[in-house]
Amino acid sequence: MNVLELKNISKIYGSLKALSEIDLVVKKGEWLAIMGPSGSGKTTMMNIIGCLDKPSSGSVILDGKDIAKENAAGLTAIRRDKIGLIFQQFHLVNYLTALENVMVAQYYHSMPDEAEALQALEKVGLKDRAKHLPAQLSGGEQQRVCIARALINSPMLILADEPTGNLDEANEGIVMDLLQGLHDDGSTVIVVTHDPEVAEKAQRTVILEHGRIARIIENSSAEKADET
Amino acid sequence: MFFRMIKGVLIRQRKKMLMIAVTVALGVSLATAVLNVMLDVGDKVNQELKAYGANINVIPRGAFLLNDLYGIDMENGISDKYLDESQIGNIKTIFWSFNIVDFTPYLELSGKANNEKVKIVGTWFNYELKLETGEFRTGMKNLKTWWQVSGAWLEDSDADAVMVGSIYASRNGIKTGDKITLNVADAVREFTVKGVFDSGSSEDEYVYLPLSVVQEMAGLAGKVSRIEVSALTTPDNELALKAAQDIKSLSIKEYETWYCTAYVSSISYQIEEVITDAVAKPIRQIAESEGAILDKTQLLMLLITVLSLAGAAVGITNLVTASVMERSQEIGLLKAVGAKDSAVILLIFTEILITSTVGGIIGYFVGLGFAQIIGQTVFSSAIAIKAMVIPIIAVSVFVITLIGSIPSIKMLLSLKPAEVLHGR
Ligand SMILES: Nc1ncnc2c1ncn2[C@@H]1O[C@H](COP(=O)(O)OP(=O)(O)O)[C@@H](O)[C@H]1O
Ligand SMILES: [Mg+2]
Repeated sequence: MNVLELKNISKIYGSLKALSEIDLVVKKGEWLAIMGPSGSGKTTMMNIIGCLDKPSSGSVILDGKDIAKENAAGLTAIRRDKIGLIFQQFHLVNYLTALENVMVAQYYHSMPDEAEALQALEKVGLKDRAKHLPAQLSGGEQQRVCIARALINSPMLILADEPTGNLDEANEGIVMDLLQGLHDDGSTVIVVTHDPEVAEKAQRTVILEHGRIARIIENSSAEKADET
Repeated sequence: MFFRMIKGVLIRQRKKMLMIAVTVALGVSLATAVLNVMLDVGDKVNQELKAYGANINVIPRGAFLLNDLYGIDMENGISDKYLDESQIGNIKTIFWSFNIVDFTPYLELSGKANNEKVKIVGTWFNYELKLETGEFRTGMKNLKTWWQVSGAWLEDSDADAVMVGSIYASRNGIKTGDKITLNVADAVREFTVKGVFDSGSSEDEYVYLPLSVVQEMAGLAGKVSRIEVSALTTPDNELALKAAQDIKSLSIKEYETWYCTAYVSSISYQIEEVITDAVAKPIRQIAESEGAILDKTQLLMLLITVLSLAGAAVGITNLVTASVMERSQEIGLLKAVGAKDSAVILLIFTEILITSTVGGIIGYFVGLGFAQIIGQTVFSSAIAIKAMVIPIIAVSVFVITLIGSIPSIKMLLSLKPAEVLHGR
C-alpha cells in the first residue's frame, strides 16, 4: 500500500523553481533517504510531504487523500494526525521539560498522558532526563527528545530533515539507530541527509539536483520494503 | 497541559514577562492614584473652598427689603423679622440635599457687654440636627474652618460661656477665662470667655453664644434672623443666568432642567420653597469658582488617567509584539505539531493576561501609595480609597491587554511554520 504519492509536483518561489515535476511513490514501512547538494530542494520537498507547505502545482496523495486541496487548518489537522517531524535545529520549547515537550504533541493531538510520554523518553534512552529543560541537555539528547515527540502519536509517516546535521558522530550514530529502530517497528521513515553512510542504511535513496530527481538508488544491502 | 505550559512561561521566562508586568504596573499605578484623587478631590477642593464661607444666605422676606434699601446698618443690621428655627432641617429635604454641605442659623441682636454696645450673635457650633433621614452635624465649626481660635470653640450646651472676636477682645482687654456681663433685651447675665477668635472679617467685633442662650435671654424662643448655607454647586451657564433674571421667563422644559441642576440659584430657590417667608440669596462669586475649579481639576485628572493607560497600551503592544517575534520558532513548532491558530492565540493571550493582571494588582497598590503622597503634598490630608476604582482598573487592564495583543495576534496568524522552522 502506498503511504505517499507525489504526482508532477512543482514549487515556484518568484522566478525560482525550487522543485520541478517531481514524481515519487513511498510504500508503507519503507525507509527512504533524500540526498542532494545544498539548495537542491530537499527541505522544500519535505515541507510539502509534511503538510507544512503546498506545492505550486501537482498533487500530493497522503494516505489516499489529496492534501493540495486542503486549507491551512486542514493541513494542520493532517500534520497532527499523520506526521511526526524531526528538524535539524531540534526546536524544543525551551521553557518546558523534556517530558513536557513530548506531552505538548500529545496535548495538541488528543490528550496528554504522562506515563506514555515517559515511555517514549525511555525508548530514546532519556527516562532519567525527563525533568530537564532543553538548555540542560546536550544536542544529541535534545534530538532524541524530538524523536520521542515525533513518535508519540504513532504517526504513519516520520520525516527527518537533516536530523544529524548539528550532531557529532557519536550522537549521529545513536540518532540513526533510533530511526532504524522506528523503521524496524514498521514506521515509514523519510530522512534527508548529506551523509552517504546514513543514506546507505535506507532502502532507497532519492538524489535531488536543481529541484529535479536526478536518480533513485535501490539499496540492495538494506532489507526490502514491506509489500503489504 | 495548557496550564503546565502557562506555568512554564511564567516561571521559567519570568524575566521577559516581568517587563510586561512592570509596564502594566506603571500605567495602573498612575491611573489608580489619579482616579482615587479625582474621586476624592471633590470633597477635598470643597473643604478647601469652604474656607471662603457659605455661598447662600437665607433671610426673612421683610428683612431682605430693609437691608437692600438701607444697607447693613439698619439698627446694626438687625431686623424685627425672623425665620423659624424648626424649619431649618427642611434644607436637608430639598432635591439637592446631598449638595448641602453645611449650614448654621444666626440670631443677631444688639446688646451690651460690660455696658458697651455690641452685636450679640447666637448660633450653632457643632449642632446635632435630628432629621427623618438620620442625624446631621452642622454649625460654625464646620462652616468657619479658617477661624483661628485661642482657648476653645463653644459647645451648643455651654450655658454660661461666650466666644468673642479678636478686635472686640483687644479693644476691651479681654482674654480667655475673663468674666463679662451681657445685656440682651431685659436680661442681664454673667459669662466666662471660653475662646477668642480671629476670623479676619467684621465678625471679629462680635460676641458669640449658643443659639438657645440668646433666644432665651431675648425672649425669642425658636426664632433666628438668618441662615448661612454652604452648598456644592454647578457653575452657572446661560440657563442659570436666565433663571436668575426671571424664573417665569423659563419654558417648562427649561424650568425642569434648571430645577434639576445644582445651580446656586436653583438650590436657593428650593430652599425658599421649604422655609416660610424666606429669601435665599446666593453669594455668587464663591459658588461659581467652587464648581468651575472642581470641573477643571477633574477633567485634567481624567485626561492624565486616559493618557497613562494609553501609554501602558502602547508599551504592551511593543513588548508583546517583540516577544511573539522572538518566540516565532516556538510558535511555529506548536503549529507544526498540530496546534490550531486559536489554541496558540489562547495560550499567548492567557500568558499576557495573567502577567498583566499581576502587574495590575501590584500597580493598584503602588497607586494607592501614590494617591496618599498626592493627598499629603497637595491637600495635606489622606485620600479616601474608592472601591469603584477597582472595577474601572480591572476593565482597563483587560482592554489594554486585548488592544496591546492585537498586532501580535495578527502576526501569529500569518506565521508559517515552514518559514520559521528551517531557520530561513
Ligand atoms: N520561502 C522561500 N522563498 C524563496 N525561496 C526559497 C524559499 N524556500 C526555499 N527557497 C529556495 O528554494 C531552493 C531550495 O531550497 P531548500 O529546499 O531549502 O534546499 P535544501 O534543503 O536542499 O538545501 C533554494 O534556492 C532556496 O533559496
Ligand atoms: Mg534544507
